[in-house]
Amino acid sequence: MAELHATAAATDLPPDDTMVEIDHVVFGYNARRTILNDVSLSFGRGKVTAILGGSGCGKTTLLRLIGGVYPPNAGSVRVDGQVVDCRDNEQLFALRRRLGMLFQFGALFTDLSVFDNVAFPVREHTDLDEAMIRDIVLMKLNAVGLRGAAPLRISDLSGGMARRVALARAIALDPELLLYDEPFAGLDPISMSIAANLIRTLNDTTGATSILVSHDVDECFSICDYAYLMSSQGKVVAHGTARQLTDSEDPEVRQFIRGEPDGPVRFHYPARPLAEDFGVSA
Amino acid sequence: MTAMISAVGRRTLEILRILGHHATFFVEILRACPAALRRPYLVIAQIHAIGNRSLVIILASGLSVGFVLALQMYYALVTYGASESLGLIVNLSLTRELGPVVTALLFAGRAGTSLTAEIGLMKAGEQLAAMDMMAVDPRSRVLAPRFLAGIVSMPILAILFSSIGILGAYVVAVLLIGVDAGNFWSIMQSGVDVRRDIGNGIVKSIVFGFICTFIALYQGYEADATPEGVAHGTTRTVVIASLGVLMMDFVLTALMFSTP
Repeated sequence: MAELHATAAATDLPPDDTMVEIDHVVFGYNARRTILNDVSLSFGRGKVTAILGGSGCGKTTLLRLIGGVYPPNAGSVRVDGQVVDCRDNEQLFALRRRLGMLFQFGALFTDLSVFDNVAFPVREHTDLDEAMIRDIVLMKLNAVGLRGAAPLRISDLSGGMARRVALARAIALDPELLLYDEPFAGLDPISMSIAANLIRTLNDTTGATSILVSHDVDECFSICDYAYLMSSQGKVVAHGTARQLTDSEDPEVRQFIRGEPDGPVRFHYPARPLAEDFGVSA
Repeated sequence: MTAMISAVGRRTLEILRILGHHATFFVEILRACPAALRRPYLVIAQIHAIGNRSLVIILASGLSVGFVLALQMYYALVTYGASESLGLIVNLSLTRELGPVVTALLFAGRAGTSLTAEIGLMKAGEQLAAMDMMAVDPRSRVLAPRFLAGIVSMPILAILFSSIGILGAYVVAVLLIGVDAGNFWSIMQSGVDVRRDIGNGIVKSIVFGFICTFIALYQGYEADATPEGVAHGTTRTVVIASLGVLMMDFVLTALMFSTP
């Protein structure tokens, strides 16, 4: 692992300042393939931390482990000092009430309106009256600039608007921890910039801890306090501030940050020699 | 020989795994039912979605079956001079067999596929995962209300199917063929036992409602989160639910009507 010696490296944070800690986690969906290979990451309280890496490197899996969707094969995941135990439904639901997650494509309920989507967690978890719920929902929608879209159906929204509605839903109960799964994927430049600003602004105004999974280097670096870079082997290649990662001389970090087509991460999928496949003798 | 034994063992283990998975899923839904019952508006909304929207096809089919049944029975009975028994035969056929069974088959095709596709697409669109991450159990919020609604809707639909079928038979037998109306109704009144015939028909439809809805929900929940996965799930719903209904119908008929 290319250690980038950050002045405030997340792994060296004092225990009180760590909101989420992933400790030597090994995980695979089946015995044939290991997705996460002994990874350790720390996420500072109140910070925006990005997890960067190519497709299939296990970024989203990390978020699912934090949310307790899957248990790690080895190692542990701690949220606010408490080990996430997937078998303890009560603890899991208590944890999930403290977090909000933005899914890659929003995961909005298509049979509900924009208003009802944002109201959904509030109605499920509180006994507030409808007048109060209305105020909360409109405030959250206003925060993402979509108060006027409250009566619309989900099918009437553009991709960028849907992502913002999903963000409003994720922050409806003022969570302490926000997980963003590819928040910039498939967005036009304006929507991408809006989404990035919203993530930073919401983090600063609510004091929540934000964990951002993405492969959009520029957008992530523009808003994150700290970043981890993961390799396709499910390992942490490097970590540090945006500046430290940008200045890194490590070939794998450089290839990813600059988007070079070939390098330590090969362009070609492993295959037999070309001559052998085409039946040509050397 | 060893390979054969090993293959049989593997297959047996696979079948046991599938059965165990179904059983676990069933227990999870049952455990979620009390939470769904505490919010009856969720169940009522699903009764509307599953039951009310199946009404047209159920009523149209019931009427058509009633027409055909009256004609066929009349042609058969008139040969033996027993056309006055038409009302009784039509009624018993519908309340004991055709009402519950045909309604269940139509239900599997109309509501069952719709349930499977809906749940499968919710899974593919990560809506169920989103619910889970919001600390909302999708079994109580999504599956249990649909399960209860299916069990409630099926007997109502079966009763409507049989009723409209009898009315259809009346139209053909009395208004078109000219069978005596008083005879048509009175033989029905004297020959049909409410508990044995109508009651058992309702019990059958409740069991069929359980089978069709459970299979539809299971196939949707376990479908691969891809367009092909959802398509396969809906197909399996129709095939498995229809076969399940037909097999269970034989078992129930043998248990309910074994004595004359």
